Amino acid sequence: MLAEKYPEEVKQILGRYPPEQKRSAVMPLLFMAQREEGFVNKEAKHEIASMLDISETEVASIIGFYTLYHAKKEGKYRFQVCNDLPCALRGADKFLEGLCDKLGVQVGETTNDGFVTIETVMCLAACDKVPMFQTQSPNGIKYYENMTIDKTMELIEVLKMADKEVK
Amino acid sequence: MAHILLRHREIPRINEIDIYEKNGGFKAFKQAVKNMEPTEVTAVVKDSSLRGRGGAGFPTGMKWSFIDNNSWPHYVVANADESEPGAFKDRELIESNPFQFLEGMAISSYAVGANIAYIYIRGEFWELTATLDEKIAEMEKLGYLGNKLFGSDYSLKIYTHLGAGAYICGEETALLESLEGKRGLPRVRPPFPPSFGLYGKPTVVNNVETFANVPLIIDKGADWFKSIGTPDSAGVKIFSLSGRIRKPGNYELPFGTTFRELIYEHGGGIIEGRPVKAIMAAGASSSMILVDDKVLDTPIDYASVRKLGADLGSASVIVIDDTVSIDWVINKTLNFFEHESCGKCTPCREGTYWMQHLSQSIHAGNKRKQDVDLLYNVAKQMQNKCLCALGEFATMAVVTGIERFPQDFNLEVRE
Ligand SMILES: Cc1cc2nc3c(=O)[nH]c(=O)nc-3n(C[C@H](O)[C@H](O)[C@H](O)COP(=O)(O)O)c2cc1C
Ligand code: SF4
Ligand code: FES
Repeated sequence: MLAEKYPEEVKQILGRYPPEQKRSAVMPLLFMAQREEGFVNKEAKHEIASMLDISETEVASIIGFYTLYHAKKEGKYRFQVCNDLPCALRGADKFLEGLCDKLGVQVGETTNDGFVTIETVMCLAACDKVPMFQTQSPNGIKYYENMTIDKTMELIEVLKMADKEVK
Repeated sequence: MAHILLRHREIPRINEIDIYEKNGGFKAFKQAVKNMEPTEVTAVVKDSSLRGRGGAGFPTGMKWSFIDNNSWPHYVVANADESEPGAFKDRELIESNPFQFLEGMAISSYAVGANIAYIYIRGEFWELTATLDEKIAEMEKLGYLGNKLFGSDYSLKIYTHLGAGAYICGEETALLESLEGKRGLPRVRPPFPPSFGLYGKPTVVNNVETFANVPLIIDKGADWFKSIGTPDSAGVKIFSLSGRIRKPGNYELPFGTTFRELIYEHGGGIIEGRPVKAIMAAGASSSMILVDDKVLDTPIDYASVRKLGADLGSASVIVIDDTVSIDWVINKTLNFFEHESCGKCTPCREGTYWMQHLSQSIHAGNKRKQDVDLLYNVAKQMQNKCLCALGEFATMAVVTGIERFPQDFNLEVRE
């Protein structure tokens, strides 16, 4: 339960909006819910709906509308590579293809160990630092810019190591 | 000329509050609250001719003067959604010169009588937002935000609000819906936000770069500001330069700088010294400008770019060289718009879907004249029928690309 696990933070989030407009808190609360498993599970959906006096269907429609909310589990780290027009003009598609080859997956797929999912995303406001991607994980969102395939493979190893230590 | 907005290029640690203070920071906000009436502040901004930097170029002071004083409370909202393909200027401002942006927001809030202001910032700027929250907390600690500022009766709180990946939330009414905790679907306008905005209350929405101009306008005056730029467009603009350019990046230059200077002097010219074929001046939403010497020598401001059959928008300049085929460019822009259409109105929802599919098959090698004609016609039919500007944006590159680069679609060159 979010309210039990993060009582101070929940209070602080609700405090940003007028009391009669508390449904404004739905977006920050959904981000909070994703800290657990990288997606919004049923329990969190239910809790957020009742906390904000809106229906679970409404919460679900919000999860569906925004690309950074997820309704189901994927790889622990989503590697979201930008291959929108400005990045593609500087070789992003080639980078993406090379990375997929190296990992033995296609866009949208997850590596066998369940650690990395490769996705493509639209412009991330980093068009001068191509190739670039962001990672989305329970730990939040992080940018990686001016990347190479080798540097990306190293990053994956580092993330795996950190993951083992936590476990 | 020293930078006005990207001041960290000369003062590297201006993102630290004491350095910002030492360089004249918060002087304008203090001056406004202590010595000026809110309407006086708006009058100075109006007189400066500052135009909104988020895309539409609407006069900022005029927008503030539209705030409805018969309905309260008032809100100020910063649009930090920055999701136009090719735009990355607000991100640099927030990262490297955050206090100037925040001070501009604070001055604007004072001018329109808002005691609460929100920064709607795209969810991908997650780490940046954590830092921005710290900057806001530092301002509170030093008495630049909070209750009864500078011994006056004026109080102000600023909060960040993360978006979650939706380009449409950059459109100001969709942004407000999203901030209210709903799906980001644009509202029917009018009414406009200065009369019916956040929670139905009068609201001023401005772009990050717009706000960043405000402290210096109050500090140095409207005449100083108007002495920079062109009569049509006062001040400087941050150009996000991307695409087939040697040195992509943000360049702050006065309005009136030519495309030639931007591309060759600042951007270092084209990769491998190739010729420029096309310019998209407003990111993926642009018309395709067919480049010749006349275009390169055009001084960039809102009016001059319009004369080239295009819009300046947020000045996200994507440069395309002769190695790139325009049918591929159009396909890329349509992938974007098909993905980002919010689906609220039929012409845009269906139109972007069909255009994306047609352009995909055209690009895959099936350049049949009837398919290209159909693509062109779908785009034409969408124009003026959509609820918000996104639908219109989706057609710009398609229509102008086919009209101005027919050879890239195996069509005969039209005279
Ligand atoms: C589809 C769409 C996306 C937009 N995205 C942004 C954006 O990311 N940032 C922004 O400041 N304005 C964006 N705008 C423009 C806003 O609607 C609005 O005009 C602007 O925030 C007003 O601020 P300004 O007057 O300071 O430019 C967008 C408009 C549309 C139609
Ligand atoms: S034009 Fe497109 S993005 Fe705008 S409201 Fe209609 S469907 Fe949504
Ligand atoms: S297109 Fe990739 S970051 Fe802008």
